[in-house]
Amino acid sequence: MVIGLSHYLTVAAILFTLGTLGIFLNRKNVIVILMSVELILLSVNINLVAFSVFLGNITGQIFALFVLTVAAAEAAIGLAILVVFFRNRGSIAVEDINTMKG
Amino acid sequence: MNMSALFFYLFAGIAVASAFMVIASRNPVHSVLFLILTFVNAAGLFILIGAEFLAMILIVVYVGAVAVLFLFVVMMLDVDFVELRQGFLQYLPIGALVGLVFLAELVLVFGSWSFGTGVTGAVAQATPAVSNTVAIGRVLYTDYLYFFQAAGLVLLVAMIGAIVLTLRHRENVKRQSIPVQNARTKAMAMDVVKVPSGKGL
Repeated sequence: MVIGLSHYLTVAAILFTLGTLGIFLNRKNVIVILMSVELILLSVNINLVAFSVFLGNITGQIFALFVLTVAAAEAAIGLAILVVFFRNRGSIAVEDINTMKG
Repeated sequence: MNMSALFFYLFAGIAVASAFMVIASRNPVHSVLFLILTFVNAAGLFILIGAEFLAMILIVVYVGAVAVLFLFVVMMLDVDFVELRQGFLQYLPIGALVGLVFLAELVLVFGSWSFGTGVTGAVAQATPAVSNTVAIGRVLYTDYLYFFQAAGLVLLVAMIGAIVLTLRHRENVKRQSIPVQNARTKAMAMDVVKVPSGKGL
């Protein structure tokens, strides 16, 4: 049995779906929502790398590298905002975040 | 079933199972540890497919930096995580519905999708003589140089932003001031008092 492109795309699709499901299920916990976003970005990376390898074009891996960079920056900024918010309000529950009435 | 298929199903199975545990486990510390397991298995998938450089970057960046950052924040914040779990089952039906619809759409797209007739012949074939890292380096530092610089700029801005956000100047805390210490003279530091004999101060 040969492992083809569709196998990798299936794994990426399942990871993406689990990420979106995690955002829905853990509506109150910002930390788990950030981890779900990381899962979604990982599935995107798997897609990019799989297409890159099976099409024989290295550009997909370059883009996966940039996605990785942006994901790391996003995690750092998100967690910093979380720490500041916890310091000011003493809670990280999402429904408490309504100061801006958005 | 040959070895590569066996390892693919091993890595993919553990990655999917631990990704499920990330969103389902009660303790966020366990969630972070399962996230690390997911990333390690995804790195295994990358090695299997022949993208060794990205696999190593994934381990260094995610397991070494991002996951440890998550772990620090989860352990530093004194949050009642049991209370945050309230409403988990309340959102389960709508979440499962959206997830199933999304997965069905993806399966439909992948099931009916195939490469165009001219695509597989038109793309450049990877040269097997060059390793993955060399191939990435050759393209990254020539064609994508500006994007590489922009990525570095993104990381710099993120670093400065995180420091600016979390740094706070607390009042009423004694700190060492080196110029004040160095400017102290003997006259400022001590006071000679003539004590008359037989009397107190």
